[in-house]
Amino acid sequence: MTMAETKKTDPNEKPRIGVYVCHCGSNIGGFVDVPSVAEYAKTLPDVVYATDNLYTCAEDGLTSIREGIRKHNLNRVVVASCTPRTHAPLFQTTCESAGLNKYLFTFVNIREHCSWVHMKEKEKATLKARDLIKMGVARARLLMPQEEEKVDVEPTGLVIGGGVSGMTAALSLADMGFPVHLVEKEGELGGFVRNLNNLYVTEKSATETIKPLIEKVKASKNVKLHLNSQVKSVEGFIGNYDVVMASKGAEDIKTKVGTIVVATGALEFVPEGLYGYNQYPNIVTLTEFEILCKKKSLPSLKNVAFIQCVGSRGQKVSYCSRICCNVAIKNAINIVDNYENMLGLAEKNGTIIDTVPVEKKVPDEILERRRRRRGRERGEEGEAEEVKLGPSEKIEVTVFNRDVMAYGVEHELTYNKAREHRVKFVRYTPENPPKVFMEGNQLMVSYFHETLKLDRSMPVDMVVLSTPMVPQLDTREMSQMLKVPQGQDGWFLEAHVKLRPVDFATDGIYVCGTCKGPADITEAATQAAAAASRAAIPMAKGYVQAEALTSVVDDIKCSGCGTCIQVCPYGAMRKNDKGLAETIVAACKGCGCCGATCPEMAITMTNYTDAQLLAEAKATLEEV
Amino acid sequence: MSSEAQPQTTAHATGVKEPDPKILVFCCNWCSYAGADLAGVSRLQMPPYFRTIRVMCSARVDPEFVLRAFQRGADGVLVAGCHPADCHYIGGNYRTRRRIALLKMLIQQFGFDPDRLRLEWVSAGEGEKFQKTIIEFTNTIKELGPSPMARGDE
Ligand SMILES: Cc1cc2nc3c(=O)[nH]c(=O)nc-3n(C[C@H](O)[C@H](O)[C@H](O)COP(=O)(O)OP(=O)(O)OC[C@H]3O[C@@H](n4cnc5c(N)ncnc54)[C@H](O)[C@@H]3O)c2cc1C
Ligand code: SF4
Ligand code: SF4
Ligand code: FES
Repeated sequence: MTMAETKKTDPNEKPRIGVYVCHCGSNIGGFVDVPSVAEYAKTLPDVVYATDNLYTCAEDGLTSIREGIRKHNLNRVVVASCTPRTHAPLFQTTCESAGLNKYLFTFVNIREHCSWVHMKEKEKATLKARDLIKMGVARARLLMPQEEEKVDVEPTGLVIGGGVSGMTAALSLADMGFPVHLVEKEGELGGFVRNLNNLYVTEKSATETIKPLIEKVKASKNVKLHLNSQVKSVEGFIGNYDVVMASKGAEDIKTKVGTIVVATGALEFVPEGLYGYNQYPNIVTLTEFEILCKKKSLPSLKNVAFIQCVGSRGQKVSYCSRICCNVAIKNAINIVDNYENMLGLAEKNGTIIDTVPVEKKVPDEILERRRRRRGRERGEEGEAEEVKLGPSEKIEVTVFNRDVMAYGVEHELTYNKAREHRVKFVRYTPENPPKVFMEGNQLMVSYFHETLKLDRSMPVDMVVLSTPMVPQLDTREMSQMLKVPQGQDGWFLEAHVKLRPVDFATDGIYVCGTCKGPADITEAATQAAAAASRAAIPMAKGYVQAEALTSVVDDIKCSGCGTCIQVCPYGAMRKNDKGLAETIVAACKGCGCCGATCPEMAITMTNYTDAQLLAEAKATLEEV
Repeated sequence: MSSEAQPQTTAHATGVKEPDPKILVFCCNWCSYAGADLAGVSRLQMPPYFRTIRVMCSARVDPEFVLRAFQRGADGVLVAGCHPADCHYIGGNYRTRRRIALLKMLIQQFGFDPDRLRLEWVSAGEGEKFQKTIIEFTNTIKELGPSPMARGDE
């Protein structure tokens, strides 16, 4: 038998069910007695094979499914593991590769709906897992093979948000040959980067860096740009989204798109009431500081303090905003090296710092640093004169931090560079944060020096507060309009953090950039390219296979009352020439409204039949 | 299978053993099932007495399903769907709302407390609301005690 050949499942053939119970490492196995559950599954009606896998979704797990189908001649498969919303396609494809129609597979969720929410009650969780599998088996006994219909995909994309992510995604789609609507609510492209002075690692001007991208987007024939615009409504499903875009002072534009990429970016947290913000002069956020630098309007300063993790990591928000350490280091170096430039004293405008690309210097620098460190360890003298004393003699910069997240090779080097340029890094603990106050006319910072174990204070001219990125204010409305989820902290939530990082659980909608959490430009652009290629797949194929999930009328039971025709939200029911109801399969979306309303119980749904649902309920309610 | 049989009971403070409540939860695929998934991903702990049945839309829940569940001894039935304007299928949940209101009246006539049937909107992002709903509903059902059907059997 070849792999692709599908077994002819005779509807009357007795079910031969295989049950695969997953440990998911310790995710399930740690809170549910998995082996005993698999043993229990063997006692259920029509189950001819049951086993447990460490990871059913790993290659050996999938192999055990394929082998089971062949060896035990299984004609129904039940996997009890995580959630069908992320893993059903994988197991369905596996079944198909072993010749089993994918509609003969059933998913039982014993992780999200069991082991993870009953972590302190192993016995009860185990009983529940058994019960859930019993329900799944009851359903599996009644499954029937189904054929899928193909649905055409409109080969046009929609990208929401014109920052780095949105522009990158739109351009990728355009370069692949797909027309794409790019909707930006502001009057200009560029997003948050428009606020920034220069960018870390490259040290190039932010405006100059994104200029080529903006120009390419504007020049692309395939990109239809909608500035000052917002998406007003989205209806439909993968391949066929009806979108209404509203532009300021213009008529609404209606269009049809196949896939949607969400790239709406983030905001900066405003530290109202923290560290004297809005209370004393010269207390700014990182972004405000960048704007001051960019506009070359810094006041004259001798002493600057950065305070890291303001409002983040368990304060106002739980997470670490990832980028603020690198951004603070970047700005600290800017100050000690280029302070005069940002005062507007320097003659030439434009690019602020011109350096050899860092990557070329990496090996040498590392070697050099190691050599010096070893020298120091041996107590050798002589490394001091290698450290050039920069302009920092004129200005003092102190970075108060809980710990510095300068992740990655380049950032660690930048961090070292900052220290070599005599930027001071002083640690604080969350219990004992620095305090900002006024002494007469002088702004002061007092702090507990963790290493010296001493209370210290110092006069400062400016305090820069590193606050986290936070979700856009309209994220909730967007999530409702697009029917996509938000996570605990309000960010858009991907379908699977590891396996599907740029997909939403809803087919045909993808996500990238800072609207799904803090990221820098490199990361945002990487995600955007990924999201664009994901969004391109159905458009390039030209069709998706619609799940076989529609209503079916039993014309023996139907009385022709027409109730279903009235309730169907999609106009997918009509009367046939006998005066009885009939489903228009292409239009039916499978909601089941009609079935639940029909007074004659004449309607059921393919693959979610009344009998299957009732069997599930019965399985759990009957006495064990 | 009889060797597997063990009565599912919870010891109460009084020492009297009451059977664990049997709660059936219908979750629509698009919002509430996803909300329940999120509760799991967030490790939000809740009482382990509910069993979830996935349906495409809350409007798929036929009154028949609910009545049969009670008839077979369910102590409580929870129907969870998308928030009013959010149904994946253009307003299926408005129908659900009307239907559940009627069903509550109906089960009361059969001698069931209407609080044994509950409708709740849980969106894909509302893991916490799912948890809260399960905790509250379980408490309600525990207070109401075993279903009249179950008591009748004894
Ligand atoms: C202080 C600070 C300094 C930084 N410095 C650096 C650095 O040095 N190097 C680096 O790599 N990164 C840096 N970053 C990070 C960088 O800003 C982000 O990575 C980048 O902006 C992410 O791009 P984005 O397209 O995802 O989001 P954004 O840039 O936020 O763009 C989102 C766009 O979507 C639009 N939009 C939002 N909602 C809607 C809607 N409903 N409809 C239509 N349009 C909408 C917005 O108007 C905006 O144009 C810094 C960030 C901060 C806060
Ligand atoms: S509601 Fe039922 S009985 Fe009435 S027309 Fe539709 S299928 Fe036939
Ligand atoms: S299942 Fe929904 S979409 Fe299909 S015919 Fe019935 S009411 Fe209409
Ligand atoms: S899809 Fe959730 S209630 Fe209709």
